[in-house]
Amino acid sequence: MPPLRRQRLAVVLFVLFGSALTIGVVLFALQENIDLFYEPQKIVGGEAPIAKRIRAGGMVEKGSLDYESQGLGVSFVLSDLRGSRFEVRYKGLLPGLFREGQGVLVVGQLDASRVFYAKEVLAKHDENYMPPELVDMGPES
Amino acid sequence: MGSIKDVFHRMGSPRFFYNGSSLWVRGLYIGGTLGLIIGSFWGLVLAPPDKYQGDSFRIMYIHVPSAHLAEMVYFACAMAGFVYVVWRMKMADVFIAAAAPVGAILTLLSLASGILWGMPTWGTGWVWDMRTTSVLVLLFLFFGLIALRQAIPRPDRAAYSVAILALVGVVNIPIIKYSVEWFTTLHQPASITFANEPTIETSMLWPLLVNTIGLYIFIAGVILAAMRVEVLKREQATEWVRDITRSMQR
Repeated sequence: MPPLRRQRLAVVLFVLFGSALTIGVVLFALQENIDLFYEPQKIVGGEAPIAKRIRAGGMVEKGSLDYESQGLGVSFVLSDLRGSRFEVRYKGLLPGLFREGQGVLVVGQLDASRVFYAKEVLAKHDENYMPPELVDMGPES
Repeated sequence: MGSIKDVFHRMGSPRFFYNGSSLWVRGLYIGGTLGLIIGSFWGLVLAPPDKYQGDSFRIMYIHVPSAHLAEMVYFACAMAGFVYVVWRMKMADVFIAAAAPVGAILTLLSLASGILWGMPTWGTGWVWDMRTTSVLVLLFLFFGLIALRQAIPRPDRAAYSVAILALVGVVNIPIIKYSVEWFTTLHQPASITFANEPTIETSMLWPLLVNTIGLYIFIAGVILAAMRVEVLKREQATEWVRDITRSMQR
C-alpha cells in the first residue's frame, strides 16, 4: 500500500477508534441514567428515590392482580422472578396486553412504605411470537 | 487477483458503471417487488395471528425489514466512506449521495411503523428508551449526511467531510443493535439472533424473511437507480453524457 493511502487508512482507524472510545465511555458513565426503568431489585433495595416521578418495570406476579370492588382501581405485584417484589396501585385503563405473567412498565411514585403509585401502565411485550393454536402445546401454559 | 482489481477499477469509472447498471436496475426492481408482494400477502393475510397481540403483530412485517435495511444502508454508507477516505474512489461518494435519502426514508418508515405498533401493544406510541432514541439518532445522521454535502460548495471537500461523518456515525449501529441487551428498554429484545433459534414460530417467520430479502433487493435497485442519476448529474459536461442527452432529445 502506498504511503499516502496508508496515512489515510490511519486517519480512518483513528476516527473510528476515537469515536467508539468516546461513545463507549459516555455510555458507561451514564449507564444508570440510560436505563429506562428501575428493576424490582432496585426498588426493594432502596436505590430508587421516594416521592419522585420514576419508571419501574417487572413481571406481573401470577395471582396478584386485584380489582377494587368499585371504580377502576387495581393493584398488583411486580417481581423479577428472583425474589424481589413490590406492590403497585393504579387507577385507570390497563393496556390491552396487560395480564398476569406479562412484563409491564409503570410510571409514578414510590411512597415511604415502598408501594408504587402508578399514573401510567405500559405493557412490555416480549420477543416470542406464536399462533394461538400452539398455546396449549407450549410449556408456558 | 488481477481480475478482481480490474473490476474494482472499472466500477470506479462512472461511464462504465452507468452503461453496465441499466439492466441491473430493472432486474432488482422486478425481483424486489415480487418478494415484497409475496412476503406482504403471506404475512398480512396468510400467517396466523399472534397468541397475545392478535393481528397487531403483523406490523412486524413492515417494521422489522425497514428497520433492518435502515441500519444496513447506514453501514454500507460507512463502508463507502471508508473506501472514499482511503482510495478517493468517486463512485463511493456517489453511493453515499444516493443512499442517504433512501436510508432516511427507511428510518422514518421504521419509526412510523414502530409508533403504530406501540400504540395498541405497549399502550403508548413513543418512549425515550435507548432503542427508540438511537434509531432517532440514526435518522438525524442520515439528515446530517444530506445536509453536510449541501453546506459545502467544493465537491471534493464535501465528499471528504460526508465520508468522515458516515464513519463517525457508524458507532451508532452497534448501539442500536445491543441497546435492548445493555440497557432496560420498553422495546423487546431481538427474536432472530445468530446464537439461538428464532423465537418466532416458523409459519410467522417465513413471510418475515421473504419480505426482508424482497426489501433488500428492492432497495438495492432504488439506490442503484439514484446512483445512475447522480452520475449523470456529475458528468453532465462530459462527451458521453452529452451523447446520451442528444440521443434522448432526438
